[in-house]
Amino acid sequence: MHEIIQYISSYLTSDKTPGAAGNMFWVLVYIMLVFAGLSVAVIAMNWLERKILAHMQVRLGPMRVGPHGLLQPIADAIKLLLKEDIVPSEADGFVFWMAPLIVVLAAFTVFVVVPFGPTHAITDMNIGILFMLGVSSLSVLGIVMAGWASNSHYPLMGALRSSAQMVSYEIAMGLAVVSAVMMTSLNASGTGTLSMIGIVQAQQAQGMWFIFKFFPLGLIAFFIFAVAMVAETNRAPFDLAEAESELTAGFHTEYSGFRWSLFFLAEYSAMIAVSSIAVTLWLGGWLRPFPNFLNGAPWDQAFCFIPGITFLFLAAMCFYNTMRMPKHPLFRVQTIGLAGFGVVLGLIGLVLFVPAVSVRVQDIFWFSTKVAGFMYVYIWFRGTFPRYRFDQLMQLGWKVLLPMGLGVLILTATVGLWPLIQQTIWHP
Amino acid sequence: MLIGGILVITRKNPVHSALALIVALLAQASIYLMLYAPFVAGVQIILYAGGIMVLFLFVIMLVNVERSMKERQFNSQWVVGIIAATALGGLFIAVYTKGNNIFPNHALRMTTGEAPNTQGVAIMLYGQYMFAFEIASLLLLVAIIGAVVMAKKRI
Repeated sequence: MHEIIQYISSYLTSDKTPGAAGNMFWVLVYIMLVFAGLSVAVIAMNWLERKILAHMQVRLGPMRVGPHGLLQPIADAIKLLLKEDIVPSEADGFVFWMAPLIVVLAAFTVFVVVPFGPTHAITDMNIGILFMLGVSSLSVLGIVMAGWASNSHYPLMGALRSSAQMVSYEIAMGLAVVSAVMMTSLNASGTGTLSMIGIVQAQQAQGMWFIFKFFPLGLIAFFIFAVAMVAETNRAPFDLAEAESELTAGFHTEYSGFRWSLFFLAEYSAMIAVSSIAVTLWLGGWLRPFPNFLNGAPWDQAFCFIPGITFLFLAAMCFYNTMRMPKHPLFRVQTIGLAGFGVVLGLIGLVLFVPAVSVRVQDIFWFSTKVAGFMYVYIWFRGTFPRYRFDQLMQLGWKVLLPMGLGVLILTATVGLWPLIQQTIWHP
Repeated sequence: MLIGGILVITRKNPVHSALALIVALLAQASIYLMLYAPFVAGVQIILYAGGIMVLFLFVIMLVNVERSMKERQFNSQWVVGIIAATALGGLFIAVYTKGNNIFPNHALRMTTGEAPNTQGVAIMLYGQYMFAFEIASLLLLVAIIGAVVMAKKRI
């Protein structure tokens, strides 16, 4: 028993990711943790999307199933599992079966390199960002296959439109990513890095998040990536391919029950994946806000309290809403449920105050908070903007974002190499 | 990769052939990984499997495939096929066994895993082979302009 504790604690203070250390057991543990965390995040996203959209539209959203609709995602999951699995009669069986599989595999494999902390990634490839872009472009294939295998007009048109849109915006995404990767090479040895952990460490070494670097170039590159990532994941306002009123749900029209939930799972995972890319490249990954401006031990200590305070605040909101519940005997179970949920959140908050835990959880907490902020912005876009027509969408991708991306790339390269250019021009 | 390649040429349904080609290309990417070239593997996945195969699938799906699936398959030129395949196979074996003296600087030997592959490719591409790089990008530009000219409606 003592050896097991010693083995675990000796591992937790290592300075390499499990993949780099070659330790298969910890790699599997991390994979399980990331998979579980991702599933919980997708379920929470389902609930959050319906509630936040409802509140933006001045209505309440799901309130019946659990207290304030908290168990609604579980009800949805049970419904999807119990639905009849329909396969169209003329559909190509093998391709119909493979399409959701490919989309889900592509969306989940991306998380192998996502850096939750300097050693908290499953592995750290030195082509990390290239791997993420490549594997997420494999989901386009799954969508094309899904549309074709359904053997009907609406899914085929929806799939072709959707994949044309995804391929067009991948170009703008790639240009924005390259201009951020170029900023990692502004160090003493002049070599940049493509590894995700290396990019965040470059931001730490240069003392500035890349979104603020060479103002406004970092900001414009971030903006291009933000627009392109919303278009890449087929989310509003770029969701013509799967909107209900347009193409009767597009490429996943003929999928029902569990197969549809696989597409849905893959869509939310892809959203979280591209948000992780944006957070790593521009928003400083796991670094806390103001890493250099407010540096020093007292500020580090103050920021250490923020995870615990966040969970205690959420618990306080739960208790406040418990008191506002209607005092009717039919609501007794819901009131007790909400109070229990508040107690659980409060306990998590108290655990996060313990110094041994909070030091290790810091990086993961800041990364998750930034990605959660992106998720809120996704839902905000959905509730605010009207849908783009398909030709307006393609025009935006090719005629606006692509030239902007090229311009940002050239300007970033020029400004980054300015000392060298100066030297060459004036002291030949 | 072999299975993928064999499935490409034996399937009747062109979409199944395209999927088998995707499998073969992904296997090619893993072969690049085994040769200590992760950058080339990543770029292979992005460009080939994620870009070019999507274009293949677009064209296959927009063309009426049922008529071509009902046509009778024929291979009446199998003699010429066997001669060509044997000649190509002999060429590959000759280069593999005696190839070290053909290429300059013994370039046929495997690189070590020391320098990161991205840096190595970048230094070679923008240093020694800069001219070839510029000519290749000019070729791509000509292809793009040709596609636009052929597909436009009017000026």
